[in-house]
Amino acid sequence: MGLFDTLLGRTKPVRANLDALFSLPSAAVTLQVTAGLVPTGRAGVCFKPPAGQPFADMQAELEQLLATPDDPPATATAPATAPATPTPAPTTTPTAATTPNPTPTTPLVRHVGDKFGYRWIIVEADAVDDLVTRVHMVHSSLQDAGWSTQLLCSVFGFAPGPAGAAAPEADSGAPDASGASADTITRPLYLVYLAKQGTFYPFAPTGAEQRDTELELRLRSMLADDLPIEPDLSRWFPMWDLPIA
Amino acid sequence: MATNRRIPADRGLSFRMFITGLLMVVLYALVIGILFSVFHNIAVILVLAAGFLFCQYWFSDKIALFGMHGRIVTPEQEPELHGIIDRLCALADMKKPRVAIADVDMPNAFATGRNPSNAVVCATRGIMRRLDEPELEAVLAHELSHVAHRDVAIMTIASFLGMVAGLITRFTIYAGIFGGFGGGGNDRGGAGQAAMVELAVIVVSALIYAISFLLTMALSRYRELAADRSGAILIGRPSLLASALVKVTGEMSRIPTRDLRSAEHFNAFYFTPALAQGTSLSTLFSTHPPLQKRLDQLAKLEAEMNQPG
Repeated sequence: MGLFDTLLGRTKPVRANLDALFSLPSAAVTLQVTAGLVPTGRAGVCFKPPAGQPFADMQAELEQLLATPDDPPATATAPATAPATPTPAPTTTPTAATTPNPTPTTPLVRHVGDKFGYRWIIVEADAVDDLVTRVHMVHSSLQDAGWSTQLLCSVFGFAPGPAGAAAPEADSGAPDASGASADTITRPLYLVYLAKQGTFYPFAPTGAEQRDTELELRLRSMLADDLPIEPDLSRWFPMWDLPIA
Repeated sequence: MATNRRIPADRGLSFRMFITGLLMVVLYALVIGILFSVFHNIAVILVLAAGFLFCQYWFSDKIALFGMHGRIVTPEQEPELHGIIDRLCALADMKKPRVAIADVDMPNAFATGRNPSNAVVCATRGIMRRLDEPELEAVLAHELSHVAHRDVAIMTIASFLGMVAGLITRFTIYAGIFGGFGGGGNDRGGAGQAAMVELAVIVVSALIYAISFLLTMALSRYRELAADRSGAILIGRPSLLASALVKVTGEMSRIPTRDLRSAEHFNAFYFTPALAQGTSLSTLFSTHPPLQKRLDQLAKLEAEMNQPG
């Protein structure tokens, strides 16, 4: 912020920095090789929905765009995990423009609110490249409509083992499991892309409002060559109850 | 283009703030000029005032937290509050301030600290209890805007002149009382002349004090409006901040507890002033703009956001 803005008490809304997103696929390879983590094929774009009809219109358009798939929605795990989104938010009333596709089959895009008043667009794709492309499509749609200031972050899910999609059973108690085998990762892991900073950080929840900081720091050094990692650790904020869990 | 194209800048507010600032600078130049031509040992007063204000500025976080019985809380102690602030800071791309809670029931929040790296955002238990989460977020966005605008530094500089004028008035009066008006002059004419000079000094510095006080208050009100605006833009929903304001100001005037009165010194840092609207001085003397004005601004902002782009 410049001196003049300080004197006049103005803040310029910060626009998103979206280009670093494309370094994710190489990081996914690194994660698989060095930590045995594979992508879950699910990502969420988190943003602050502003008041007003223009944004609602844009959101409806975006959904229509994402709901026309170039490949059939073949992700078999999607319906099973639907109840696993633990959003106690009363604010999850669908906006005036709800998803326009009438098919009850698994849509490629879902909408969830969270208890902090942010909204999530959940994006699914089998390959990491496709996932990144789709997330980027959401990002750039928001940006083109002039709303990139509202983007908070995007989160990509990773899960242990080659049997990748078995993520939802994650935090079923057993707090000793994390301490015993520190080297094999048994829990889901998330890479959070901070839209404003254009940086990533790993987030490893281990249960009810607990995170494995040691693992996160280990991953930081692991991924340092692939991703721009957020240097300010105070920005590595926890995101409990992720809708893509 | 750096700003959000959906929300035009408020030129009126920027202009009024600029004029206020300009008047203040002019007053500064004038007073300093006069002081140096009239007094010889003015340096003492300037140094004293500067020293005092510097302490106030440098330790603003500690002073305000101490005065309000606020204590820094960790993310483990207050995950909700930290969660809100984490997200707002990531959204605004600013450094996360320390987070504090004051165990008082008065619903309020304040931001302090000399610069964004040393900032503290504090919410009272009262405000956390009364507001729901989106409203609390709106209030915190307002406070974070104060941090981003460096309002503590700005208001410290702005109040410097008033403090100098106040000190001069006091010194002259004390000198008159204890030294005798006229400073022990040898002949009657000289003593009378010296007394006249001292009287003039008192009158002029009191006048300067009054003017700079009014300017400071005006500046403070504009900066509140600016923080309202930036905060509302950050969360994207001006109406949330408006509803928080309505809730909190209603409560503020209704609760006549001791806390309320003992907190008046800290008004300048507050989200809403602790003085009840009915008992406060005229709007000219208040640190915060009247509720209606703040609500009007937020309503206007909301209307702007609703315009089809």
